[in-house]
Amino acid sequence: MPNNVTASYTLLLIGVIALVTLLLRAMPFILFRSGKTPEMVTYLGKVMPPAVIGMLVIYCFKDISFTVYPYGLPELIAAMAVVVLHIFRRNTLLSIGVGTVLYMVLIQLVF
Amino acid sequence: MKNNNAKTLKRALRDTLPILAGYLVLGVGFGFMLAKAGFETYWALIMSCTMYAGSMQYVGVGLLANAVSVGYAIMMTLLVNIRHVFYGVSLIDKYRDTGWRRFYMIFALTDETYSLVSTTELPEGVDKKNYYFFVSLFDQLYWICGCCLGCFLGNFFDSFNSAGIEYAMTALFVCIFADQWVTSGRKLITKRHISAIVGIASTLLSLVVCNMLGNEYFLIPSMILILVSLILLRPVLDRREGDDNAE
Repeated sequence: MPNNVTASYTLLLIGVIALVTLLLRAMPFILFRSGKTPEMVTYLGKVMPPAVIGMLVIYCFKDISFTVYPYGLPELIAAMAVVVLHIFRRNTLLSIGVGTVLYMVLIQLVF
Repeated sequence: MKNNNAKTLKRALRDTLPILAGYLVLGVGFGFMLAKAGFETYWALIMSCTMYAGSMQYVGVGLLANAVSVGYAIMMTLLVNIRHVFYGVSLIDKYRDTGWRRFYMIFALTDETYSLVSTTELPEGVDKKNYYFFVSLFDQLYWICGCCLGCFLGNFFDSFNSAGIEYAMTALFVCIFADQWVTSGRKLITKRHISAIVGIASTLLSLVVCNMLGNEYFLIPSMILILVSLILLRPVLDRREGDDNAE
């Protein structure tokens, strides 16, 4: 363990994070427990997944600073590699593995 | 019945193979970070069993290592994981009447499990309720293996420079996004593409605006924007429903 933390406090924090995460995941099931799900909710549930994935992609790029060297180039180059590889090979392990290693090489050795 | 179970199990195993790949890489990345922060391998086991949330565990490394306040930890969890509220909404009907399995399945509803159970069409003879349960369970097992392995390796190979390994998470989402984009059907623009663009545009917009205002919590306005846009686009998106039955 790091010197500045105790096991009991770490356990407490883990418990709190786990509980909040569980509550968030359970919330819609608790809210719409009884009877028929409202039509709008069913509709949103159907069309939302691609939008959420799009949101997560942008979320991952949130810390890039395009005005400061290296202008987000490592992130963008690695992302391009993932997309191109994935379109041609459709192998998730390959795409993620190559993308991650490429990014590590770029930030450690190139930029 | 027995035959059915075997078929369901096999199908769940087959469908979760890409997640096995993603979770091993992601889990190893997380484990490495946790080891670098000074934690032993059993902490990776505890975290992956109880929290079981990819990006939150990455963020959690910093929170634990700095022993932040409980209030701050709650805030960060709400901000990083609030998107999970979205997921249940799509699965209320699918997860209905699944009995005792439901409690575990809701606990284990991660981004990746969600992306699989919300999109997969199952053939005859596969028991849906067991299928969703097996997918949830296998995914968590993969994740636990990855996290512990990474933390073990990280503690073992002290000198390895793991900077950038957290990019595995970005790569995974980019990969899922690319996958959804190219498998969205033969038509040039499908409702999936529209939804994906709504997600990207809303998040970019709120990121830029929040950056200008010096506010780092852009996910909440982004989610509101996505909800409002999708509700407004309903006349367009709901009509197209009949066109791509595959969903």
